[in-house]
Amino acid sequence: MIDEVTLLATALMVSLILYALTAGADFGGGVWDMLSGGARKSEQRHLIARALAPIWEANHVWLVLVVVLLFVAFPSAFATLMIWLHIPLTIMLVGIVLRGTAFTFRHYDPLGETDPRMQRWSLQFAAASVMTPIMLGVCVGAVASGRVPGTTFTDSWWHGFPVALGFFTLALFAFLAACYLPLETDDPALQDDFRKRALGAAVVTALLGWLCRGLAPHLPIPLGIEILVAVIGVLAVGSLWTRRYWLARSMAALQVVTILWGWGLSQFPYILPPTLTFHGAAAPQSVLRVMLTALGVGGVLLVPSFLYLYRVFKRQ
Amino acid sequence: MSDLLAARSQMAMSLAFHIVFAVVGMAMPLLMLVAEGLWLKRGDPVYRILAERWSKGTAIMFAVGAVSGTVLSFELGLLWPQFMEYAGPIIGMPFSLEGLAFFLEAIFLGVYLYGWDRVPRSAHFLCGVAVLASGTMSGILVVCANAWMNHPVGFQLVDGRPTDIDPLQAMLNPGSFAQGLHMTIAAFQSVGFAVAGIHAFMLLKDRQNRFHRLALNIALLVGGVAALVQPFSGDISARLVARTQPVKLAAMESHFKTEAGAPLLIGGIPDVEHETVHFGIEIPYGLSLLAFHDPHAVVRGLADFPRDEWPPVPIVHFAFQIMVGIGTGMALLALYCFWRLFVGKEQPLGLLILASPLGLIALEAGWVVTEVGRQPWIIYGFMRTSEAVTPVPNLIVPFTTFSLLYLGLAFTTLSLLGAHVVRSPKAREVQ
Repeated sequence: MIDEVTLLATALMVSLILYALTAGADFGGGVWDMLSGGARKSEQRHLIARALAPIWEANHVWLVLVVVLLFVAFPSAFATLMIWLHIPLTIMLVGIVLRGTAFTFRHYDPLGETDPRMQRWSLQFAAASVMTPIMLGVCVGAVASGRVPGTTFTDSWWHGFPVALGFFTLALFAFLAACYLPLETDDPALQDDFRKRALGAAVVTALLGWLCRGLAPHLPIPLGIEILVAVIGVLAVGSLWTRRYWLARSMAALQVVTILWGWGLSQFPYILPPTLTFHGAAAPQSVLRVMLTALGVGGVLLVPSFLYLYRVFKRQ
Repeated sequence: MSDLLAARSQMAMSLAFHIVFAVVGMAMPLLMLVAEGLWLKRGDPVYRILAERWSKGTAIMFAVGAVSGTVLSFELGLLWPQFMEYAGPIIGMPFSLEGLAFFLEAIFLGVYLYGWDRVPRSAHFLCGVAVLASGTMSGILVVCANAWMNHPVGFQLVDGRPTDIDPLQAMLNPGSFAQGLHMTIAAFQSVGFAVAGIHAFMLLKDRQNRFHRLALNIALLVGGVAALVQPFSGDISARLVARTQPVKLAAMESHFKTEAGAPLLIGGIPDVEHETVHFGIEIPYGLSLLAFHDPHAVVRGLADFPRDEWPPVPIVHFAFQIMVGIGTGMALLALYCFWRLFVGKEQPLGLLILASPLGLIALEAGWVVTEVGRQPWIIYGFMRTSEAVTPVPNLIVPFTTFSLLYLGLAFTTLSLLGAHVVRSPKAREVQ
């Protein structure tokens, strides 16, 4: 039966997925900015900057929505997360601050690309783009493997599986960004740069995914989801190989959706396995109803505004 | 430094940092819109350059504010998990709506910044209106959540847990209107004067620069009108505090003994130990008059309350004196500038440069009054700050980290703004 709690749990997962699809790709873009090279190094960087500039601030909102949904609808789970994942979340925040400001300042700094200050911004942008997704993945891994609440403030997350999942998240975001970027340019050579990078990232992501699965063999991930993830992965690589960029982009996005959705399904009805359920952590029903209404109103206002933004900038 | 003090310091520092960027996001869109409106009406390109220049500055500030705001939404939980577990469901509504307003502001600011030549002129102007509306709304909504901490309503306490939650009543608590109004006006006042000061500085070096003269006039108009209205909103706030948080009012005024016809204290150094004030100027009946609009009203003193419910009196007192002193000065300066404008004389550039940071200082001081004045409570009368703090140890580490981070950020923002906004446009651009 679908009740308010299930709807809000779904909303929570949807906003996390949207954060991964939008900001995740922004972080991945940062990775490729760092790894830019070859004959078209500067063009690669410009393409990444141009793709990020009009939207990256807005993409933050999905993370804020995750936080707000958690503390409004599932307050006890929120408090537990904030206490036991204090350290990785704080590092993630530092990363968010450093990356956002580095990008802004590099974007607006009137200096040339070779200026040492510019290179400092680039370094900061790159470092933060790596650090933040790793910490996000560590937090997800800590929850998924049932380590929250822990017994100390480090053993709740400092463990093989959460750390491996952190690196997997980084690789996945890099793969996602590399699949998005060929569609942002008409230059075939530049497209090919990112195609090669996407193929490389696909291999790394697959290896790390396999490692994660090996480190947590007991996670109750349905077999169907695992097969689906593998099939989509193969399709994504196939479409990259044959330069079907729209298909590659769709498959990469679908891959992220499937992984996160699969994680959600595998641990539902638990918000913090193995003990705390969504229902057990839920706020009173009056609050949940108001929250759902607010989400509905928000959607009515946001979707057209967001489409307008994309229409103005992404189709030229 | 205890963990509680480290947590409070980190929160205070993050809020003090963010608030500057938040008010810019509220007030700058109005300045941009006035400039753009004048461009649309008169067709003079200098106004468009002005709107573009200002919008670039706003974009830098907005981006930093988006980041520091995201940090705050986490810090609420990272530092005060027990508070959020208790209050999250009650004040979630303004936070959710704030997220929505912020998102709308980000979207339309994006179109505004990058859309000068991509969307029709009228649509561009309307995007600016949307930026202004959503920016102001998001500020007001956060203030609503804060006002609830001062006026916790909209729930029943059963066995120490909040039940019967009415999120709408909590959002529209008795403090929301007074605080929201005071803060919104403060945003326009402080940003208006800050911008006016910057352009006054440029004008001092280059008296003939038309760009800076027009910019100065627009900023001064917005900031000046706000400064003249602000005392009235301050009166509403003061009377509310007198009624609902008497101990905060007593700390603001260092008013130790309950009395009828209480005098208004100006300045002075409170001596908490001996419950007295040194070197203050007293205006007879002033406090009763201001707080209750009745010269013989009884104003409760700090002595009426248990010591462990007193806020840190000197901090609250000094912050309040600074805020009111600056507010009065700015209102007088606004009157003087408007008179100069009316008789067609040059603006007092030196004074305006000196006044440039004053609004922001008063703004920070005002938040110190609200927040420190509520101590030892995090939810007034319901939860103490010490009960809300996280059990995670070594909080001095994140406090130091974020302090250094924000220090570097502030420095860079200023230098970048200098490069972008302060730089005079080339003569051929504006003639």
